[in-house]
Amino acid sequence: MSTITDPDKGGFRVSHLLSDTRYRAITFQVIAALVLFAIFFYLGRNLINNLQAAGLGISFGFLQEAAGYDVGQALIPYTSQSSNWQAAKVGILNTLLVAVLGCLTATVFGVTAGVLRLSKNWIVSRLMAVYVEAFRNVPVLIWILIIYAIMTVSLPSPNAFRGDDPASSMLLGAVAFTNRGIYIPAPVWGPGSMIVLGVFVASVIGMFAYRAYAKKMLFQSGKLLPTGWPSAVILLVPTILVFLVLGRPIGLDIPVLSGFNFGGGIKIGAPLIALWFALSIYTGAFIAENVRAGIQAVSQGQTEAAAALGLRPRRIMNLVVLPQAMRVIIPPLISQYLNLTKNSSLAIAVGYADITATLGGITLNQTGRAIECVLLLMLFYLAISLAISAIMNIYNNSVKLKER
Amino acid sequence: MSDMHAESVAFVRDTAIPAAPPPMAETGAVRWVRANLFSTWANALLTVASLYVIYLIIAAIWPWLTNGVWTAPSLTACREVLQGKVGGCFSVLTERWNQLLFGFKYPSDQYWRPGFAFLMLFAAIAPVMFFKLPHKLLIFTALYPFIAYYLIWGGTILIPVVALLGFAGGYVAYARLVKGNFAAGLFGAIAAAAVIWWIGGMVTDAIGPARPWLEEVQSRDMGGFMLNLILGVTCVSLSIPLGIVLALGRQSNLPLIKGVCVVFIEFIRGVPLITLLFVANVVLAYFLPPGTTFDLILRVIIMITMFASAYIAEVIRGGLAALPKGQYEAGDSLGLDYPQAMRLIILPQALKISIPGIVNIAVGLFKDTTLVSVISMFDLVGMIRGPILASTEWNGVYWELFSFAALLFFIVCYGISQYSQWLERQLATGHR
Repeated sequence: MSTITDPDKGGFRVSHLLSDTRYRAITFQVIAALVLFAIFFYLGRNLINNLQAAGLGISFGFLQEAAGYDVGQALIPYTSQSSNWQAAKVGILNTLLVAVLGCLTATVFGVTAGVLRLSKNWIVSRLMAVYVEAFRNVPVLIWILIIYAIMTVSLPSPNAFRGDDPASSMLLGAVAFTNRGIYIPAPVWGPGSMIVLGVFVASVIGMFAYRAYAKKMLFQSGKLLPTGWPSAVILLVPTILVFLVLGRPIGLDIPVLSGFNFGGGIKIGAPLIALWFALSIYTGAFIAENVRAGIQAVSQGQTEAAAALGLRPRRIMNLVVLPQAMRVIIPPLISQYLNLTKNSSLAIAVGYADITATLGGITLNQTGRAIECVLLLMLFYLAISLAISAIMNIYNNSVKLKER
Repeated sequence: MSDMHAESVAFVRDTAIPAAPPPMAETGAVRWVRANLFSTWANALLTVASLYVIYLIIAAIWPWLTNGVWTAPSLTACREVLQGKVGGCFSVLTERWNQLLFGFKYPSDQYWRPGFAFLMLFAAIAPVMFFKLPHKLLIFTALYPFIAYYLIWGGTILIPVVALLGFAGGYVAYARLVKGNFAAGLFGAIAAAAVIWWIGGMVTDAIGPARPWLEEVQSRDMGGFMLNLILGVTCVSLSIPLGIVLALGRQSNLPLIKGVCVVFIEFIRGVPLITLLFVANVVLAYFLPPGTTFDLILRVIIMITMFASAYIAEVIRGGLAALPKGQYEAGDSLGLDYPQAMRLIILPQALKISIPGIVNIAVGLFKDTTLVSVISMFDLVGMIRGPILASTEWNGVYWELFSFAALLFFIVCYGISQYSQWLERQLATGHR
């Protein structure tokens, strides 16, 4: 029945608003805009009415008031007299701390498990499959609570380290595992320590420069320079020499038992350990699957072609398989990092003072400023997510296959 | 002659030698072990190390399981029975079994109701999960939400009946009007359902029985693993349609609709679920008319559904993007309008591609239902952390309770992911 006719140029009738494609889009969008406006108007009016009834207004003044609570672990100076804003900053830093630490260890766990899962050794690959399935299929909250229970119930109290024949002893005489947390030695920065640090940073840069040079040589002339031991030499020798020449400016403050607790050193609280370990082992299971999928995504023909060119297995992995697998692995890897950061908000379940526990937990409950607190909290996570997705987009564009 | 011949050919074999068995080292279990476990020195070391790890794990768990105490009224009684031996105190599971499954407030003489609803759940999802079952069974699936609601919450039967009538009326209106125009069908259905619910609401208020057949249970009395299942099943089934709408909205070429969907999806995906639960717990009340009582479980269902639908929308968007452009053009060239092309050509294919992704989201969502324990709802984890570990009898029984919770979730989630892999194999045949 439908025949092609010339579009109706002139004349506008009201029925065109629904039937004519030239106007229909506008009609629908106007309807959508009206509905949206009505919803926001309704919610906004309720909000104003409710706030008036409760005698509240939206204000962020509470951020300047004294917080009045203590936190277990803070990276910046904080007392219970500090402002709520300072507490929020403590929380932000703690969130970032556990996110960065968690991402590092999760990558290590995940890459190891993912590679071992492809191992030709049957028992190892089965074991890794069990690890992946066990951790992927149980909520991370339960893992956090289990590891927290291990930390607080199974580890000895500082009291067990007392006496001539203590029930527990410190690992290497320097690290104490207690139910309050793990005590590790703290570095003491003496005069001249900055020079040692500077030399170390310079050697790190030097190592990367050397590796870049070796790669350039390989691509230009085909000459293979060794990278393993020269990197280690460049990295370690100058730093150790300077350290010894300057008379060991960096010392260690080893934790010692004083009173009922350990003094000195750095205390990593039980909540941080539980959260860190649980998040990294849980996310590691997901990363393992991504790594496995990435390696399997490189077609068998690539490996065979490289073998036909006479490359050895390790070189095939490094020069042919991994560079191609990375393109598949990195995007899901970054979204796993993002998930880990968001899951770190479960800190509230074990009392680690991250942003959700300080701003969204205690500050919210004490001041009753629910809207402001939750708004700031969401903005913080949103900013992190958007930043990470921006980085991901840049990366994706840079490794995109250059086709035609 | 014949003698000479006999001497010239000493022996001629006229049958084949039977094949010798391969060497011991190249056959059967020995070969398998050599190839898979001890092919190189490094492999042999790894094997030995793994065996040692497995031994350590089993050595730690075995006595704990076998010495386990299953009947003791409290932890101290448990320790007396064990007399210093290593052993689990599993009696906490038997003693608090009902609390772990149903929470601590659900009336104990009514446990058969959620139990029955749980059994019927299998019958209801079977036709969805296995396409080969007769399609008529889907009628039961459609009725199931109302039956399950009535069984679990109880109260007057008029509420689920009116709700069902509303949907039925909406469907009838849609079927009548959709032939003319999809938009007319949709708005007609919404209007019909709204009218039926409005009238039904008044009728229910007027003639609701004083003593309903099933005792009414308040939402705040739900708890235990039942709460996880309620949240998981409800939110997954609600978020799939919402996710489809969001995904189509994001693909739309109307800038306003596209913008709204993009902002919604990216916002929800950018924040952790906990902050959304905080919104449900403390903020949502500010946006509702004063004096509205709106129970927490419903607010949580709304927030989790929004959360899941944003993720499902992204999965479906992947499915939509994976379809060749020719499919869209084919729909256009047949003269189908947008709703018809989507319903008949695009979505069936796109959804089929996205099923494994949707199942992954569903597993993640089910695991995330444990987060409601943070806003002091007593789901399985909330029950363990709250009433059970805080009670004087069971203070300090961590491993048994957490292992039980982990095991329950593992069974459900592993089952779903195995199903997803099976489904992927089933669906893959169509593409080859």
